[in-house]
This record gives sequence, C-alpha cells and structure tokens, in this order.
Amino acid sequence: MAEAALRKSTKVGKRMHSNPNGYAFVFPYALLFVIFILAPVVMAVILSFTNFNAIQWPKFVGFLNYINLITADDTFMKFVLPNTVKYALIVGVGGYILSFLLAWGLSNLTKAPRTVFALILYSPSMTTGVAMAVLWKIMFTGDQTGYLNSWLMNIGAINEPIIWLTNTNFLLPIVILIGLWSSMGVGFLSILAGLLNVDESLYEAAAIDGVKNRFQEMIYVTIPSMKPQMLFAAVMQIVGAFQNGTIATLLAGNPTPGYAAQLIVNHIEDYGFIRYEMGYAAAVSVVLLLIVQVFSSVSTKLFGEKD
Amino acid sequence: MAAYKGHRTNPDKFERGQIKIYLLILPMVLLTGLPIIFIIFHAFKPMEELFAFPPKFITLHPTFDNLLKLMKASISAGIPLSKYFFNSLFVTAAVVGGSLLFSTMAAYALSKLRFRGRNLMMQINQVALMFVSVAVMIPRYLVVNRLGMIDTYLAEILPLIALPVGLFLIKQFVDQVPDSLIDAAYMDGAVEWQIYLKIVIPMIRPAIATAAILVFQQVWTNLETSNYYVNDDSLKTLAFYMNTLTSTTTTNTVAGQGVAAAASLIMFLPNLILFCILQKNVMNTMAHSGIK
Repeated sequence: MAEAALRKSTKVGKRMHSNPNGYAFVFPYALLFVIFILAPVVMAVILSFTNFNAIQWPKFVGFLNYINLITADDTFMKFVLPNTVKYALIVGVGGYILSFLLAWGLSNLTKAPRTVFALILYSPSMTTGVAMAVLWKIMFTGDQTGYLNSWLMNIGAINEPIIWLTNTNFLLPIVILIGLWSSMGVGFLSILAGLLNVDESLYEAAAIDGVKNRFQEMIYVTIPSMKPQMLFAAVMQIVGAFQNGTIATLLAGNPTPGYAAQLIVNHIEDYGFIRYEMGYAAAVSVVLLLIVQVFSSVSTKLFGEKD
Repeated sequence: MAAYKGHRTNPDKFERGQIKIYLLILPMVLLTGLPIIFIIFHAFKPMEELFAFPPKFITLHPTFDNLLKLMKASISAGIPLSKYFFNSLFVTAAVVGGSLLFSTMAAYALSKLRFRGRNLMMQINQVALMFVSVAVMIPRYLVVNRLGMIDTYLAEILPLIALPVGLFLIKQFVDQVPDSLIDAAYMDGAVEWQIYLKIVIPMIRPAIATAAILVFQQVWTNLETSNYYVNDDSLKTLAFYMNTLTSTTTTNTVAGQGVAAAASLIMFLPNLILFCILQKNVMNTMAHSGIK
C-alpha cells in the first residue's frame, strides 16, 4: 500500500514538473496559430508603420499612417469612426444586454419551449454573411415589389417606395438591425448555460437576506455567480459584432453609398484590396484590434475575478 | 405582502408566472424566426408567385424550379455545381478534422501536462479569443502568398484550422476530467498518447461536438479564402459561388431571387441540422465556457 502510494507520487510528480511530450501535443496547433494568427497580427503592426503597395518592398514611414488617419482621412473621421462607434455600442453592448435578457427569460421556462426558442434565437448567428445577404436584399428591394416597401405602402405608412439600400439615412440602421438580429450567438448560449447552472440555494439564501424581487436577484445573485460566462460572452459578442460588419458591403458595395454604413472593417478592405494602400490599411487594422481590446478590458473590469 | 422566496430556474412544469415571460420572449422569437422562414418559403416559390404583386410571404404552390435553375446556372458558367460542392465538402472536412485533432491534442497538453511555457500559451490563446480575422486579412494574404499556397486547397484549409475559441472550450472541458483517472492510467503503464486517445477523448465528446459546430460555421460560409487566396474558379467553394449568385442576380431580376434564396437555404441548412443534432452537447460545453 505504502509502496504503491510512493510509486504513484514519483510518477505523477515527474509528470507534473516537466513533460516534453507537452510540446509535441501542442506543436501542430501552435504552429498554425503562429503562422495564421500571431504572425499576421505582428505584421499588421509592422506594416502600419510603412508605405506598402503590395508590389515594392515596404518603406518605413514612422507614424505617418496614423497621423494621416487622424488628420487627413475625412472619410474615416466623418463616417467610418462614428458609424463604427454607433454600431459597436448598439450591436456589441446592446446585443449583449439583449442576449442576457433573453437568456434570463428562457432560463425561467420549462425545457421543451426553452430549447426550441433558444434554437430559433441562435439560428441567425449561423448565417454569417453570405447565407443571408440575399434575404435582406429581397426584403429591402427598392421598388414597390420589395417586401418592406409593399407592406409599408399597404398600411399607408409611405406613399412612394424607399430605395433602402442606397438611401444614406437607412443604410446604417439596416446594418445595425441585421447585426442585432444575428447577435444571439455563442455568447448567448454561454449565458444561458451559466444561468441554468447557478446554484439554486443561493437564491433561497438571498431571499432570506432580503432580496425582494427578481431584478435585485439578477443584480446581486445571478450575475456575480456567473461572471466567467458573462466575460466569455462579452468577448464573443464584440468579436462577432465586428466580424459581421462586412454585411454592409455585401448589401451595398464597397464603399457603401455616401459612406453611410462604412464600418472600420469595410474601410480596411477598401484601402487594402481596392486601393492597395496596404500600409495604411494595416494602420486601420491595428486601430480595430485596439477597439476590440478596449471593449474586452472593460468587460474584464466588470466581470473578471480578482485573485 | 408575501415574502419573496427566490425564484427557480429551469422549472419542471408550466406555471402561471411564466406567462409574463412568454409574452416578453415570444415576439422576439417570432421576429428572429421570420426571416428564416421567409427564405425557406422563397426558395420554393414558383415563377408566378415570385412575380406576384403585391409580393406574398407564403408559398402556395411549392416547386423545385429554383433549385434546378441553380444547378443549370452553374453549368452555363463553365463549372458544375458539383465541383463547388465537392470543393466545399473537401475543404470543410479537412478543416474540421484538422482543427478537432490539433485542438484536442493541444487542449490535453495545456490542461493535463506540465511543461515550460504552458501558462503563457494559455494566456495567448485566451487573448486570441478577441481575434477578429477580417482585421488582418491583408497580412494573412501576404503570409499565404509567401508560403506559395495561392491557388491551392491548402490556402483554403490551413488558415482556418487554428480556432482559439475551439481550443478554449475544449480545454475548459478537459479540465473537468479528474486527474486521478489519468494518474491511475499512468500507474498502469499508459503513455501520453494512449491517455489522450483512450481516456480524454471519450470524456470530452460534448466539447468536441461543440467545437465541430463552431469550426464548421467558420469554414462552410467562409468567403475570405476563396475571394483572396484562390484565383482559379475550379478551386473555389460553394460559399463563393452562392455569393456571386446573390450579389449579381438578385438586384437585377426577380427571377434570380428565387434562385438566390435556394442558394442561401443550401448554405444555411447544414449549419442548422448539425446544430439540432448536437445542441445538447453545446449546452453541456457552454456550462464550462467561462473565462476566469
């Protein structure tokens, strides 16, 4: 008995301290990660300090791209940045709150309807980009044969069809609406799972301690006990929001009419693949990565566990 | 006033208190579901209903015309639909397979083996959850180009294999595998790859299923690789072809709408079916998804 215990501890101990097999197991993933995720990010940072047209060797220009971005790029300052901030706040933050509220509602229902509802709410997030661009094009067709136009004219809300996808007033709201529609993604599922796994005795204890209603309960019990899921969901939400930003150009081309729905991801594509000013595009990329970083550090402040 | 007793999540049966919640949630569910139902209806609309004015939501006489036209359109474009389909199937299978294999291996090592740099790797992967791939499409293109992978299947496969969310979720799940089980296997003389294959893999099936769904979604509808890394049309994927249909035809012709809707449905259905089959696993995995 004692001998077995000793044998166990030495074997396990050896394994715990340093196990070269670890590298072998990690290697394939790590290699691809470095090549296709880490290296591009590092390159984006480096290229952002250069002038690069994809043909000649990049020329170092210091902070020129960033200075231009702030001082000389009217499109960026007047359209892209405000659009992106609006979009990120409504689809990122608003979508996150909506995810939470819906998941919270679902967690109070019985299993069968909950599963069906969750599936329906989640399904738009499976349709990223291509699959559903056509849907919106049909819905928002610009003449009276378009579904929305026809319906609005039918109920008398408008007299003439609205050319939705080239109308600078409507393009951004449409993109935001689509963003919200598809924002019940992985984060939403994570929150739902978190809610279902909150220890129920906490609720009973809290009720004894003076929690009076469901709202208080949500703030004082539910959210604090599922912070890790809240954080994961927040990160997923903001990444998903930006990743889906490309829908604007699928609907209305790049650049979008009057830059009305030009988001930062579209700006990158515009400069990188249409104008071939890749150094400049890289600087915009870095700004995007920083924006995501800001959102996620705020989330970490809110939900991170300090220990 | 009665004292508040604390509510119960996941109730077993319907109670009157749930009516309020139904009233709040049902409109959202309907709003969310309508566009999807619409696309299904639209894909099976015959010509005269596509042209109907005012436009009708519901399809009265469903037909497969749109699907047939979809196939014909691709033949007249020089490349049969089956070629795009094969490309997509091959690329998707390779990415999902590769990603699951590499992620589970890495997850096992990061969770259960001790070695230098392990914590750092875990932190880097966690930061990479924030990775927005569209942000670095240009340097990514440069990397693919540099490696000489332009116009090969590799360009459509390799960049998508490492998916930080996949590794993260699987690793969280491997953490749940009790160490004692692994120690016992060590004592019986098992080596790492045996433990990985025979103990860890069977116990983390829900996480594997979840990662499979996430990877599948990334690659099945991916446009970036076909658009930027591949010029040869015969190597491009279904997602690319469907996108050309939706971006060119719908704006011009009403007839094209039906075809495009059929195309969308084909892109969407596999995702939906896969998720329906595996949804139990997903919820199980998500229970361990938190970032601490």
